[in-house]
Amino acid sequence: MINDLYVHGDMVAKITVGRSAYCCGMTATATRPAGPGTGDLSGVARSEATLRTFLYGLPGVDEVGAQARAAMLGTRSIKTSSKAWAIDQAIGMIDLTTLEGADTPGKVRALSTKALRPDPEDPSCPRVAAVCVYPAMAAVAAPILAGTGVHLASVATAFPSGQAPLPVRLEDTRAAVAAGADEIDMVINRGAFLSGRYLEVFDEIAAVKQAAGAAHLKVILETGELATYDNVRRASWLAMLAGADFIKTSTGKVAPAATLPVTLVMLEAVRDFRSATGRQVGVKPAGGIRTSKDAIKYLVLVNETAGEDWLHPDWFRLGASSLLNDLLMQRSKLKTGRYEGPDYFTLD
Amino acid sequence: MAFEYAPAPESVSIVNIRPSYGLFINGEFVDPKDGERFKTVNPANEEVLAEVASAGPSDVDTAVAAARTAYDTVWRRLPGRERAKYLFRIARIIQERARELAVLESIDNGKPIRESRDVDVPLVAAHFFYYAGWADKLPHAGLGPDPRPLGVAGQVIPWNFPLLMLAWKIAPALAAGNTVVLKPAETTPLTALLFAEICQQADLPPGVVNIVTGAGETGRLLVEHDGVDKVAFTGSTEVGRLIARSLAGTRKRLTLELGGKAANIVFDDAPIDQAVEGIVNGIFFNQGHVCCAGSRLLVQESVAEELLDALKRRMARLRVGDPLDKNTDVGAINSAAQLEKIRALSEIGESEGAQRWSPPCELPERGFWFAPTVFTGVSQAHRIAREEIFGPVLSVLTFRTPAEAVEKANNTPYGLSAGIWSEKGSRILAVADRLRAGVVWANTFNKFDPTSPFGGYKESGYGREGGRHGLEAYLAH
Amino acid sequence: MPTESTSVSGAGRLAVRKTYKLFIGGAFPRSESGRSYAVTSSGGDFLANAALASRKDVRDAVRAARSAFGKWSAATAYNRGQILYRVAEMLEGRRAQFIDEVSAHGAGGDAASTVDAAIDLWVWYAGWSDKIAQVYGNANPVAGPYFNLSSPEPTGVVGLVAPQESPLLGLVATLAPIIVTGNTAVVLAAEDRPLPAITLAEVLTTSDLPGGVVNLLTGRIAETVPWLASHMDVNGLDLAGVTDPALAADLEAAAADNLKRVVRPPAAPVDWHADPGVGRMIPFLETKTVWHPKGA
Repeated sequence: MINDLYVHGDMVAKITVGRSAYCCGMTATATRPAGPGTGDLSGVARSEATLRTFLYGLPGVDEVGAQARAAMLGTRSIKTSSKAWAIDQAIGMIDLTTLEGADTPGKVRALSTKALRPDPEDPSCPRVAAVCVYPAMAAVAAPILAGTGVHLASVATAFPSGQAPLPVRLEDTRAAVAAGADEIDMVINRGAFLSGRYLEVFDEIAAVKQAAGAAHLKVILETGELATYDNVRRASWLAMLAGADFIKTSTGKVAPAATLPVTLVMLEAVRDFRSATGRQVGVKPAGGIRTSKDAIKYLVLVNETAGEDWLHPDWFRLGASSLLNDLLMQRSKLKTGRYEGPDYFTLD
Repeated sequence: MAFEYAPAPESVSIVNIRPSYGLFINGEFVDPKDGERFKTVNPANEEVLAEVASAGPSDVDTAVAAARTAYDTVWRRLPGRERAKYLFRIARIIQERARELAVLESIDNGKPIRESRDVDVPLVAAHFFYYAGWADKLPHAGLGPDPRPLGVAGQVIPWNFPLLMLAWKIAPALAAGNTVVLKPAETTPLTALLFAEICQQADLPPGVVNIVTGAGETGRLLVEHDGVDKVAFTGSTEVGRLIARSLAGTRKRLTLELGGKAANIVFDDAPIDQAVEGIVNGIFFNQGHVCCAGSRLLVQESVAEELLDALKRRMARLRVGDPLDKNTDVGAINSAAQLEKIRALSEIGESEGAQRWSPPCELPERGFWFAPTVFTGVSQAHRIAREEIFGPVLSVLTFRTPAEAVEKANNTPYGLSAGIWSEKGSRILAVADRLRAGVVWANTFNKFDPTSPFGGYKESGYGREGGRHGLEAYLAH
Repeated sequence: MPTESTSVSGAGRLAVRKTYKLFIGGAFPRSESGRSYAVTSSGGDFLANAALASRKDVRDAVRAARSAFGKWSAATAYNRGQILYRVAEMLEGRRAQFIDEVSAHGAGGDAASTVDAAIDLWVWYAGWSDKIAQVYGNANPVAGPYFNLSSPEPTGVVGLVAPQESPLLGLVATLAPIIVTGNTAVVLAAEDRPLPAITLAEVLTTSDLPGGVVNLLTGRIAETVPWLASHMDVNGLDLAGVTDPALAADLEAAAADNLKRVVRPPAAPVDWHADPGVGRMIPFLETKTVWHPKGA
């Protein structure tokens, strides 16, 4: 529904979010939601108060219900031809990641090579979506990936904690882009978020977006630190409002990392955000996704929540490292009919 | 890109359906004395599954006599802890044979294997476990220091949750020291007959559990039998009324779990995505063949359109089809007769002016199928808002204030269940207090547990099943 | 009552007699039919003319009971307990009058001890108001992240045919459990021994009990009770005072029309002095179970 978000400013922002309770305590009109793409949320972040009011007006998430829905979707049985399709999809959605203090140019080169040919024995095996590394390693991966269609993602903004002064985080971002990254995985300021300084979080995301320039911005919510699904929903909207191209669950450095229910809530958020604004935002669960079975559950979740529009590497990614080999083993099992052993797949 | 799920059928090889079944009386399968038999079919493809005996008057006599003898000579004399061990045994065997029971249930009933596997059968085992523990603790049930069993219980159960309803009936009856004669529904006798085998495997003394198959006439013979001390019935209000009438003037105890027309109330501050799931679960779970189904959606007018959009989007994701496919959400309607009733009431809904909508879905050619359906623009006066459809058909009404929601929710002769969706705790508690319904689900729906009493107000029947309250139906105090 | 002790005072004063009327919605009307019937003592002496209630009186009484149900059932248990205890206080104050009436009816046993037992039983039930939910309710440990609580709630409007042989104690033993739990009642008093019931009504009306919570009719059971049994706005029926088995069966069958909760006539004579347990409260209680997820 369209609500006058505030009326004392020089402009009247309209939100189209399809819910009267969005504007508790504010002018709530009974106008019906207009179709997708008609929403103008530009005024939402005009002040701390308007932003807070907007975020607190989002529908609540019942934790038990969300978990039950995710668990139910986890029981989908994906077999034979659809399993083969899903495995190839999953491979093509991987952000093949190495984010270790021990990363070296050699390690990153090997990973990048694997990204291009995940299964050296089988040229029909799809490439992954991107390689994800620290900014210092971006320059190593960039020449290998250039022109291949495999993106180069770099974490930035003092990943994983984000606890550095903003100028440092922005410089981190610019450096990554300069080194060849065309995707930036930033972390939000959880301290600011949890203490209710939403506008600060918003402004920082917007600043990083600007610093990232043409690079796609993935905003890591670090859902394991946000603790509640209500917070996940609010942080998702906050990031999307601030310009995120993707919202991403986790750094992988905090437990729990990606979970099905958290991803469910984020998928609902991008679905509703598109209905409200017409802009489509991608979702990336990252961390803890290790098996083909896990990956397929995520694809089912996408399919039955946001829908098939999101079943594409442009709109859904899986942040993972060890997942790829399990997908390759399953892929081989489907082809040969026998179970595989890890010695037949490269370790990188 | 479209993500199509390939068929993922559960294997039926685990189930061994015999071509023909006798009656389970006094611990063994016997042929019916008048020899009459009827067929039970798979509602998903109309194939005959087996021939089942139809118990006549002398069969019911024999079964009641067997139960009486078992009661007098064995079961009532057995210490509670020994009865408990039999029930624990039964619970364990149900777990051991869970997959087999689930597949058989889906074949005979038409319900999705996901539900029989994840809901029905686990609850069946849990129910026996729960009441097993009561068998030697009855003086602690709050019904006086020396509660006593009633004798022989005649139990008649419906076709919507065949095995679960059997568990709801048999477990508390046996725990309390009664013996039983149970009649499963005509269209879904097979899991009860498999349960008879489980009783044999558990070495349950002969006559403690007797299963007599048949149609309504067999049920009538059973509940009206002079040798029965206690009648428990789950089914339609219409039949429940007949039973209550037929027991008038007798000393038989009676509990009834009957129809419903539950209101599922969605306030404007509801957790909307979970509310949509709850609505879907409320009316499309088990094809809507649920007495406590949330068949009347009462939605606050200010969010009605938004909610309906979300509901329709969600309904379009429902996977209707082969009950044995592990990805099926909505299975087959249990019988041709039930399908006809659902169709007739839906047509009345249309002719009375409500707007009908179903997602595009391809239904199998053979078998009994009905697409998930929602009616909007429904008022309290419409028949689809008053009568129990017992199918996947939702009627949507709107309200403006909590008082109006409560008033509309209670404006029915039924009072089995209700749902409330709101993020405001005090509103939930206030509304829950005022709803005249035996089970109120707040921010959830269609949840069941052996420890939790279930049963209705008003014409939804009397007595409770489950929990400590469920024992009361089988004890004199 | 024109008994020796009260009809004529020692000074030869003519006593002022009481008119025994119905008790509906807190008022004391005569029967809308204008009829009455003579009530005689166990020895055959004329005691009073009691109102002979009609089906329309039954209808009015049910209507009064229904309209009182909302408030009474929603009153706090503490409040109901207070009011019922107040009733006991008022009963105590009329102890002598009850003894006279009970003994005039020749209801067997020692009238004084019967009245004392009735008052004490009323006190006993008054104390149940805020305990029955604790004794008969339940926190249910379901296997999942859910709050799950079962609480008893009143059934609604309950019809009561009061015991014939025990016009006060039997009445208290059947009426108190109905109302203490929040139901409202339509009582058909003991047909030939209605006087203590009407005096009880006078007690109730001076005890802060809201009008309509108890409605009391005198008259011919066989004439009035079928209307109560078949009434679609009555939720429960206690046939304690129905002595004819064939009538009881008919009433139970009629009660099935809207699935009333029925308490059958006792199989054997009841000792109303015995500890009643919770057995007369439970039949007119519905158990409501509320589920709610537990999530942060």
